[in-house]
Order: sequence, then structure tokens, then C-alpha cells
Amino acid sequence: MQARQDISRRQFLKVAGGVAALAGLGLVGCGGSNASSSTASTTTTSLSGSITAVGSTALQPLVEAAAEQFMGANAGVQITVQGGGSGQGITQISQGAVQIGDSDVFAEEKLADKADASKLTDNKVAVVGMGPIVSPDVTVSDITLADLASIFCGTITNWSQVGGADQAITVINRASGSGTRATFESNVLAGITVPDTFKPQEQDSSGTVAKMVAETPGSISYLAFSYFDDTKFHALKVGGVSPEAASVEDNSWTIWAYEHMYTASTPDAATQAFIDYMMGSEVQGSLVEQNGYIPVSGMKVTRDATGAVSAN
Amino acid sequence: MADVTSVPSQAVRAARHARRIAAQDRFATGVLTAIVGLVLAVLVAIVGYILVNGAGKLFDVSFLTSKPEQFRAGGGIGPELFNSFYLLVLTLVISVPVSLGAAVFLAEYAPDNAATTVAKTAIETLSSLPSIVVGLFGFLFFVLQCGWGFSILSGSLALTMFNIPILVRTIQQALEAVPRTQRDAGLALGLTKWETTIHVLLPAAMPAIVTGVVLSAGRVFGEAAALIYTAGQSAPALDFLNFDLTSASCPWNVFRPAETLAVHIWKINSEGVVPDLEAVSNGTAAVLMVCILAFNLLARWAGKAIARRLTAE
Amino acid sequence: MPKHRLERCGLTVTGACVALVTVLVVTLIVMVASHGLATFANDGIAVGDFLLGTTWNPHQADANGNPTVGALPMICGSFAVTILSTVIALPIAIGSAIFVVEVAPGFGRRVFQPLIELLVGIPSVVYGLIGLSVVVAWTRSWSGSTGYGILSASIVLAVMVLPTVTSLSIDALASVPHEYREGSYALGCTRWQTIWNVVLRSATPSLMTATILGMTRAFGESLAVQMVIGNSAQIPGSLLTPASTLTSVLTMGMGNEAMGTVYNDVLWSLALLLMAMSLVFILIIHLIGGRGAVRHG
Repeated sequence: MQARQDISRRQFLKVAGGVAALAGLGLVGCGGSNASSSTASTTTTSLSGSITAVGSTALQPLVEAAAEQFMGANAGVQITVQGGGSGQGITQISQGAVQIGDSDVFAEEKLADKADASKLTDNKVAVVGMGPIVSPDVTVSDITLADLASIFCGTITNWSQVGGADQAITVINRASGSGTRATFESNVLAGITVPDTFKPQEQDSSGTVAKMVAETPGSISYLAFSYFDDTKFHALKVGGVSPEAASVEDNSWTIWAYEHMYTASTPDAATQAFIDYMMGSEVQGSLVEQNGYIPVSGMKVTRDATGAVSAN
Repeated sequence: MADVTSVPSQAVRAARHARRIAAQDRFATGVLTAIVGLVLAVLVAIVGYILVNGAGKLFDVSFLTSKPEQFRAGGGIGPELFNSFYLLVLTLVISVPVSLGAAVFLAEYAPDNAATTVAKTAIETLSSLPSIVVGLFGFLFFVLQCGWGFSILSGSLALTMFNIPILVRTIQQALEAVPRTQRDAGLALGLTKWETTIHVLLPAAMPAIVTGVVLSAGRVFGEAAALIYTAGQSAPALDFLNFDLTSASCPWNVFRPAETLAVHIWKINSEGVVPDLEAVSNGTAAVLMVCILAFNLLARWAGKAIARRLTAE
Repeated sequence: MPKHRLERCGLTVTGACVALVTVLVVTLIVMVASHGLATFANDGIAVGDFLLGTTWNPHQADANGNPTVGALPMICGSFAVTILSTVIALPIAIGSAIFVVEVAPGFGRRVFQPLIELLVGIPSVVYGLIGLSVVVAWTRSWSGSTGYGILSASIVLAVMVLPTVTSLSIDALASVPHEYREGSYALGCTRWQTIWNVVLRSATPSLMTATILGMTRAFGESLAVQMVIGNSAQIPGSLLTPASTLTSVLTMGMGNEAMGTVYNDVLWSLALLLMAMSLVFILIIHLIGGRGAVRHG
């Protein structure tokens, strides 16, 4: 009786206690080895260090692809690219928690204390063009900037008002606070205040917007060029200008923004090297375009945080 | 009194009543069957939809093992697949013992006082919290406060938090469902409460406990909202020969960011630019589905085996 | 080990588990609350304006220079989808639980329950995608609306909470002692009478728990709802117009805002509200459940 009890007690302890102990040991073990082996890292190349880039989910694919190539050439450098959103990127870089903060918008627009932006270095790694898209059943193909603004203010509600068929317009706006929305509002609405009574649908993610516009008759929204897909929806011309890289470069297409990679004002060597790599021909010439962005090098104009445009 | 005067009509009434309740019974059975039929149809439709859409990728070994592509077609889900399992195992390893302990305490020991009420309320609160709130707390506490960043550790602790209340509830119910007579018999034999719990209650409740763990494991596996801000949305390529626990490519490093299958589906559908997005998304969903199925079967079988061993003792 | 020490050990270990969970929960509540209350303490927004205001436009200031952050549209939206999805899911869940436990236990345990548990693991984003291409399209086809709105969201949510509620209902019904049923049958009752008068009644408190958990999931679900509800911050006028929930606004906004800004604070207030509302919610149902438990012994 006593022996049997002991066996099953031991068995139970093995199941319950053992698992608990394992959990504890596992964590301690990992934490401990983490601390010990970081000092013993051996590098063969001159460049070493670890970089964490956090922020914009839209920019993430480009940075990840570039980081992969960069790490291939510099074995000593470890780059971790993470999403989280532009707000998170700017928060974490301004707190010094990470080395790079990715953002779709100027840091000045996000930070509570605007002065904090001056402590950061803004690296504009690419330009993203955005344009209005409509569902396949909409017959309009060209629209004026003023009409576009009116649609997104709720004053134009039927496609017949802009030369289309008699069909109600379903506006799908982008999430309040998203980089896409900010770009669109500053370049299309340009100071017009949307009345509180006009509450269109909102959607954050580009993929979902593409799906929604493709499937909702009479709908309009806007997307970055890289998400354009002629088989599912149509991109509109604005004032006769086609949404394409060339028209963004000379600013005849005005709905565009920079993609930013913020660093501290004096980044470490590895971070600086990675930023230089991002701005170099290996990324600007190939990866940027493959990701649907426009290289900064080709831009004929510059735009600052206040929206003022100057020729290069 | 009316009964005495109308004996025949009473018989008629009784017969009518019998017919009525029999019809009612048949009707109810019919309705229940229809409901189950409907549920099964929806089930089959959803599962079929996912599996059929993703069938092309399901048996594609390179899809299952290679790393995802950022903008080219042909990316895989190797790291995500591993991350999902690693995160799940870690979560269960942390949450099962804690929940087991908490459930035993609440079911067997808990004194009827204010402290117990607070604890019970706390666990219920946790169970009622939306996963997004748990995720945001995880972001605030594990990611920022503790400085662990977007990592497997942050992710599995966030998952643990929302897994614990489910487990505690299931285990507690399982323990309480054990007939009082068994408990009394144990105590009458001179066993202490603790011994009764371990030798009588836990074995008897084991199948239900295992079901509970499986149910929670399924939820953990498919969870995305709590992980987006804790385990992150990036999956560094893994090198299984790398045992440097500080390296982001070491699979076992708990401080590396780890995108799971569910988060991967979310990410590529939100901001993905790969040309074969739909195929990857459907394929990932199908793989997820199959994993859950396999996991369920395995855990069920294991649960039965454990129960058999404990009771045959 | 002497028995009393083993006993003490058991008490300590299990008690520590409970204490750990309690501490975690308290930490969570304190942290979320401290962030959520910053809106009112630091940014000078009145609690009343936040809870009862009908205009949500945090990037735009009102006449007094305060951001307009009325959360009432989202509060209404959250409650609407939760209640409607529960109304749809509950009868189906309890119906199938009865079938599984009382009518065809073999089929239920072997086939039905494992299958339905499979549904629990499907990520919400997959439900969202299916909802987008199936449910929204279906709603649009007969209603003439865009399809996005409370109704579509509730249908998607109903399917999502169904496995949780069903599985828990099955457990609830199965834990009703067999003697109860035998007693009822011995009295000459039919199966349905037994189910209705005996099984369901004695399982009521546990069925309540199942319902609570289902509602909780519906209330807190974010990714799927966000894809099908339309996310328009207006008080829902009908089931077919786009609306928004606390979770949908939270999910869309959180990543975009930097810590310490007013908008970020307000989002934390939404999280706090979400937390507070689920508490209130569970409390109400608790009261009902408690009374039911007393009535039925």
C-alpha cells in the first residue's frame, strides 16, 4: 500500500512538478546563456553589431529583403526587422529602444513633443505613390482633384455627378492615423475639413482594402501603387495624369510620400552602414522598384515635413 | 371530483396526452437533428473551403520548409510553422502547471473568504478580457517594461495569460464533476485531501482535463491578435544547426521575434505584396488546419493513454 | 513525508499558483487603467464627453480645441454585435449539445466534438477573409446595402463563438448526473421532457458559463470583425449600415500612433473601456447565474 502510494505520488510529481520545474529551468537557462554568450560573439568581418528595425508594416518587406542581402555580405551584423506600425517605430526610436524606426510619415506628425524629432536623423529610403482605385463596375476613369476631394468629404455621393453611371458611391477610407490616409488628406483634401456627419467606412490594411474595392460595387478607396491590380479593380487618373512612377518623380502626380528610416542622430557603425546600403544602388536600383516603390534618387522634387515642395 | 364522474374521458385524455408528448418528443428530436445537420454542413463547408483552397500548397515540401519571400513568388512558411509549435509548447509548459495548481486550490482547498473571492474574480476577469487587451498589456509589460522586445517569450507569456483562465475553468469543472462518493471514499480511507486529489480526483478527471488542454491549445494555435504586438510580425530565417541562444537565427532563442502561422496570414493579407499572396495565404490556412487536426488527434490519444495508465495502477 | 507536511506543501504550491495569476491580473488592470486614465488626467478630456460623445474624430479638434473623442458609437457597436451573435449562436449551440449528449452520444463524442474543436483553432483572420468574400457578399445580394455592417459581423461572430459555446455546453450537459435522467425516465417522462425539465434545468448555471465565455469571445474579437463591419464610427442606425466596435478601432489605430500622444492615450482609454465593460458584463450574468443556482438548489 505504502509502496504503491509512493509510486503514484512520484508519478504525479513527475507530471505536475516536473513540468513546472522544466518551465522554470528553461527560462533561467535561456536567460543565463543569453547573458553569457553575448560577450563571446566572434566576428570575422570588420563590421559587427545587432540592429533592430521596428515600425511601418508597409515598409517591412523592403527592409527585410535588404537586411537579408546585407547580412549575407556582413556575417557579423544581425538585423531584426519587425512590424508594429509607424507609431511604434517612432516611439521606440525616440526612446532609444531600437536602432531604426521605420515610418510612413514624418516623425513630426506623430510625436507628442515635436522637438523630439530634431534628435532623430531622417533617412528617406524610398518614395511611395498612392492613387484612387474604384471597383471594376465603375465607368469613370479620370477624375479631377477637386471632385476626388468632394467624394471623400461626402458632397459628391453618386457616380453620375462625375460623369459615370447613376450609382451610389461607397467610400472606403483608410484608418485614421495611417500614413496612407495622412498622405491622401494632405495632398487631396488640402485643408478641407470633412464634416462630422460624413462617416465613411474605414480600413487599415491595404490588402483588405484591395479585396473590399474589388468586391463592393460602386466603391472607391486609395492604395499605394504597389497594390494596384488591374484584374481586380481600376486605378483612376487624376486630372489626366496617370498614377505611375514617372509622374510622381516630377510631382505632376501629387499624392505621394516618403518612406522613412529614422535613426539616432549619431547611429553606431553597423546601423550607419546598413542605412548607407539602403541608399546605395544595390537597394535603390533593384529592391525598391521590385517592392513597388520609387527610388529617391530619381525624384526631381523634394518635399519637407510641412508639405512644401522644392525642385531638386 | 370530476375524475370520479368521467372515468372514460380521463383515459382518453391520458392517451391524448401520451400521443401529444410522443409527438413533441419526435418533433424535438427532429429539430435537434436539423440543428446538428446545419452545424455539420457549416463545419464541412468552412473546413472544406480552407483545405480545398490550400490543397495545392499542403503537400508542397518546399513550401513547408523554405522561408517566406518578401516580394517574389514562391515563398514558404518554414519558420512560421516551427514558431507556431514552439510558441504553443512553451505556452502549454508554462500555463498547464499553473492552471492545474490554481484549479486544484480553487476546487479543493479554497477557504470561503475574501481572498478566495478576489482570486476567483481575478481569474474570471482574465477569462473575460479580449485577447487584444491581453496583447496590448503584453506589449506594455513584457515588450517594453521588461525589455524583452517582440519575442517568443513575450508572446508565450501573453498567450499564457489568456490560456490560464480557460484551463483553470475546465480543470476545476472536471474536478468538481467527480462524484462526491469517490471523494468521500478517499477521505474515509484515511487519505488526506492532497492524496485524495492526486490519487482519486485527478485520474478521474484526467480525460476532461486533456480535452480542456486540447481545446485551449487549438485556440492558442490560431491566435493572432494577442501576438501581433508581443511576438511580432517577422520571422527571421532559422538555422537549426545554430545553438547560439543569442542569435536571431537560433530556433530555440526565446528572445527572437517569431511570427506564427496565424500572424503570417494576417500580415500578408494586410500589407503583403507577393504576387502569389492568395495561394500562400490559403496554403498557410490549410497547413494550420491540418496541424490543429493532427494535434487534436495526438492529444486525444495521449490523454486516453494517460488515463488508462493512471486508472490501471 | 509526514502527511500533514505533504498537505501543507500541496496547499502552498496550489495557493501560490492562484496568487500568481491574481497578481498578474491586478498588474494588468493597473497598467491598462493607468494608461487609459491618462486621457482624462493629462489631456483634459471629460469622462462624460468620452463615454457619451457621439463623434469620434481624434485627429480633429472641436471648438474648444479638444479632440473629439466620443466613444458611444463604438460602445453601441460592440454591444450590438455581441448580443446579436449570441442570439444566433446560442440556440444552435445548445441544440447541438443536447443532440450530442442525449440523442447520439457515440456520434457526438467520436465525430462531432472533435470536428467542432477543430473550428476553435481557425485563426480569426481566416474567418474574416471568408466573411468578406461569402457573408458580406450574401448580405449585399439581398439587402441592396454594401453588405458591411452589424449583421455580417454578427453572422461571422456567431460561427466563431459556436465551437466555444457548443463544447462547453456539451460538457455542461454531460456533467448532469445520470441518476437525474434515470429518475425522470422512471416517472414515465419522454426523452424531450427529461431534457427540458431535468437536464437543461440542472445544467443552467454551467450553460450560463458557456454563454458568458461565448459572449466574451464575441465581445473581444477584433481581427475578423474589423474586416466585415465596415469601421465607420457612427451609431448604428440599422443592422445593414457600417458600424464599428471598440476592438476594431483599437486594432486599426494602435500601431499608427506614437506613445504619449492624445490619440494613443484615447486608444488606451478604449482598451480600459473594453476591460471595464467585460467586467460589468460578467457581473450581470453572474447575478443571473447565481440566482438560477439558488433556485435549482
